[in-house]
Amino acid sequence: MLAFNFFGATEGGLFDINATLPLMAIQVVALTYILNSLFFKPVGNVVEKREKFVSNNIIEAKNKLSEVKKLEADLLTQLQSARTEAQRIVSEAEGESEKLYKEALELANNEANASKEKARLEIESQTSAARDQLSKQADDLSELIVNRLILEK
Amino acid sequence: MFFNSLLTNFAALEVGQHLYWQIGNIRLHGQVFLTSWILLGALLVFISLGTKKMENDPKGLQNLLEFLWDYIRDLARTQIGEKVYRDWMPFIGTLFLFVFVSNWGGALIPWRLIKLPSGELGAPTADINTTIALALLVSLSYFYAGLSNKGWRYFEYYVHPTPIMLPFKILEDFTKPLSLSFRLFGNILADELVVGVLVFLVPLILPIPVMFLGLFTSAIQALIFATLAAYYIGEAVEEHH
Repeated sequence: MLAFNFFGATEGGLFDINATLPLMAIQVVALTYILNSLFFKPVGNVVEKREKFVSNNIIEAKNKLSEVKKLEADLLTQLQSARTEAQRIVSEAEGESEKLYKEALELANNEANASKEKARLEIESQTSAARDQLSKQADDLSELIVNRLILEK
Repeated sequence: MFFNSLLTNFAALEVGQHLYWQIGNIRLHGQVFLTSWILLGALLVFISLGTKKMENDPKGLQNLLEFLWDYIRDLARTQIGEKVYRDWMPFIGTLFLFVFVSNWGGALIPWRLIKLPSGELGAPTADINTTIALALLVSLSYFYAGLSNKGWRYFEYYVHPTPIMLPFKILEDFTKPLSLSFRLFGNILADELVVGVLVFLVPLILPIPVMFLGLFTSAIQALIFATLAAYYIGEAVEEHH
């Protein structure tokens, strides 16, 4: 009798299947709805709200970071262009001063040359004038000598 | 002779005895409902306390419940897939919680101290009716999930990847609930029996490691049941290409 009961029969036993089965199924379905409204929905709302908050903050931070990087790159290019501009201005000024120096030098050279030439011409004219005078005096003197010689005769 | 005495010993543990409730024409296993109501009541009280005052900075019980929620979501998401896991998460979570609470409640609470006129209190999952009910719910769920997500295209699954698979897939629809229900039932009942027999034979110390093993098995069985249920649903809603 005990063995009969142990392996399941109409009355009792391990494999005694009866209305417990559908009622337990209904109970589990009801539990699903109860847990959904008591547990899964509220906890899910809180957790997902927090996850959204965190991911939003991360996205915002990333955006800000990329903005900062962009601004940094912008500043760098600005700095670069300012540097080249400065370089250009400096080299331009250098070229200009060189040019001015050359001009001044040339002018001074020209002037010097001109005054040198003028002095040379003056010297030449004075030399020729002196030579003329000298030759004239020589002529006068020679004439005088000739006249005296002739008169003595 | 030995066999007979062994059965008498088992009978002392009251295997296969039930507390019958008669309502009209139907007969119920009262001990299953009693324990399940006590355990589910405790679970609901625990959850109500934890969700009473939800804050953005979780404290105390809310932390534990959020961890549990996250665990169940991960389980459902990995098995069912990103697209429809939300619809099935409450069901998978309820299965997990129900099986877990039943198993651990059956193992941790000294039910034997409460005398019943017939049968004894224990884990609700050690009763074949409970496990078959859960397994059939899983079967219904994956059929419903497949049909509601893919319509009649759900039956493509039976001839995927080749029509040769058709008899095996049909057979699977029967073996799935069978294996689900008997795995859970067998594990929990066996654990209760082993502990019961050991307590009966050596009442001191020796049953304790087995009890710890029982707790481990109970938790694993809950996880296996929920994971397989989610896997079957995931298999039904999966798109074949």
